[in-house]
Amino acid sequence: MIYQIPYIAVVALILIGLYAIIFRRNLIKMVIGITLIESGVNLFLITLAFRKESTAPIYHGTGSRLMSLPVPHALTLTSIVIGVAVTALMLTLVIHIYKHYKTLDARKIGMEGDEE
Amino acid sequence: MTGELDLLAELLKHSPALIVAIPLLGAFLTPLIGKINDKIRNGFAVFIVALTSFFAFLLANDILSNGSIRTYVFGGGSALTDGGFAVRILFEIDGMNAFMAIIASILALAGVIYSWSFMKENTGLDKYYTLILLMIAGMFGMILTGDMFNFFVFLEITSIAACALIAFRTNQGKAVDAGFKYIVISAIGALFILFAIAILYSQYNALNMAVLAREIQLTFLDKIALALLITGLAMKAGIVPMHMWLPDAYGRAPASVTLLLVGATQASLYGALRMTSTLYGKNIVGVIKHADFNLFSQVVFDITLNGVLGFIVILLAILTIFIGVLMALKETNFKRMIAFAAVAEIGYIILAIGSAFLAVSSIDSVTSSAVLSQPGYMALKGGIFHILNDALDIGLLFLVAGAIYYTTKETSLNKLGGLARNMKYTTIFFLIGLLAVAGMPPLNGFASKILIYESTYQVNPILSIIAILCSILLLAAFVKVFHSAFLGPKQEKFDNVKEAPKSMLVAMGILACIIIFIGLFPEYVLNNIVTPAADALVNFGNYIHAVDSNYVISLIGGF
Repeated sequence: MIYQIPYIAVVALILIGLYAIIFRRNLIKMVIGITLIESGVNLFLITLAFRKESTAPIYHGTGSRLMSLPVPHALTLTSIVIGVAVTALMLTLVIHIYKHYKTLDARKIGMEGDEE
Repeated sequence: MTGELDLLAELLKHSPALIVAIPLLGAFLTPLIGKINDKIRNGFAVFIVALTSFFAFLLANDILSNGSIRTYVFGGGSALTDGGFAVRILFEIDGMNAFMAIIASILALAGVIYSWSFMKENTGLDKYYTLILLMIAGMFGMILTGDMFNFFVFLEITSIAACALIAFRTNQGKAVDAGFKYIVISAIGALFILFAIAILYSQYNALNMAVLAREIQLTFLDKIALALLITGLAMKAGIVPMHMWLPDAYGRAPASVTLLLVGATQASLYGALRMTSTLYGKNIVGVIKHADFNLFSQVVFDITLNGVLGFIVILLAILTIFIGVLMALKETNFKRMIAFAAVAEIGYIILAIGSAFLAVSSIDSVTSSAVLSQPGYMALKGGIFHILNDALDIGLLFLVAGAIYYTTKETSLNKLGGLARNMKYTTIFFLIGLLAVAGMPPLNGFASKILIYESTYQVNPILSIIAILCSILLLAAFVKVFHSAFLGPKQEKFDNVKEAPKSMLVAMGILACIIIFIGLFPEYVLNNIVTPAADALVNFGNYIHAVDSNYVISLIGGF
């Protein structure tokens, strides 16, 4: 069924994202992994809102009165905004980490002795 | 006279919104005020937090003394729209929320007062205070909200602000690394929670916790959502095996930030408690209260789920306690060592909560009697009481560690020594914190740990033996720290070390006084603050009733 494809995409996006975070050592790739999970969750919310043959939830006189749910749309917008903030913050930290350690390999970071 | 009363009632009515709105507005005013003068800015931040705490105490006093539940709906009179959709944002405050608000306001107040001197030598303090106030606003929002998506938003506000604060000292590579670890873990945790919210919304068309609690059927999808919620919140709360961010973040953040991080962690724990016992209350803890069980047979509730959940939570709790204590024993960095102790203390809290679930699962539905359910209720009370005590004890220890870092610029325990000569008050505060965290009478840690020991003993004696043993090991670890940092021969390099500045002593003093007060009058605190909170969790029917007045309490909640 064609309406199931988004759900498959959701699961695939989340799993790929988790894989990137757990098995990849490059910090940028970990950030990409988190944005992938986020896209998966957002896609899930958007898919929930959709009903077959529905239109955008805006009143405009004639046409189909069947509309997709507006609430998940609002949730997705909020979630995207938060996601941008989180991604920006993570990338800022990656820049700082690179300045300190001259590497993006997660295994080589924060391993120096405890002398401050 | 009536005019004053009206004003107070009006303030009380709007206090849920004000508690979040005041620090939020204050946060963005701080940089502007910082243009005038640094002292005025610091004073402004303290004033904002004091005002917030005032409203939090006002609200908590009303809720706890009357046993009522307050709802505050944003942009509308009733929580449900005309069509019965539960999508309006609302704050709902019952005993448990009020209890958490008290903890958050104590920590916030101590943290901001402590910052005054502690952060004096840092630059970029305008941003620091903005972030601190944002984090406080997020923390209160998480605690007070009655809406799932709103909970997610406040969770993200808290973690973004917290991450920036952990990495505040960007000149230290490890601080930035700790901040990155924290944001990765909390971003994943928050996305899990959002996914769970989406699953719940897709089935019940509601985002409101009370309405969801009314509707929930415990389908297969609900179980997935429950697992996602618990995993996400456990990540944020630093429960083993997701604890690795916690020692780094707690250890690297400035001490005043660590204090607030403790509060944020407790708020996540509160979230987990609220999800399990209110949202899934119909299926989980509904019956742990000692009371009338005549209605028991009419309730559909899942004993296996309680058993499985209780078992998993206890297993994680034991692991958390063990790993926390063992790592604390071998750690030589002062703040990281306390951070591992904090992991162990969180283990105690969830041990109590897991025991509560397990105790419920052992009730035979045919011969159900009030006696059997007692340990569960007692364990829940012990766990909730320990949230308060853990926040105070660990918070005080972190502040002491911060004070020592401030005066000596030294964090390694191997290099510290003989500080008791120069820092009398700090030593006394550390001693109080040490004994409290190890559960020594007559301090507050003892009061809650004895409840946990007693109740877990009735669930399974081995659990309480492990708990007591680990508590003794924790004491050993802290005695070692006390010996190596404060006692021992005089060291020349510390000759010029002075007592910590006044504002730091005041902040530590506030926490120490509350610790001693709870230690001396545990019954008073237990009866007036903890029991209403535990009752609020158990009688989740009241929580639903406050939003949907058609809901019949007697059938499901309110045992």
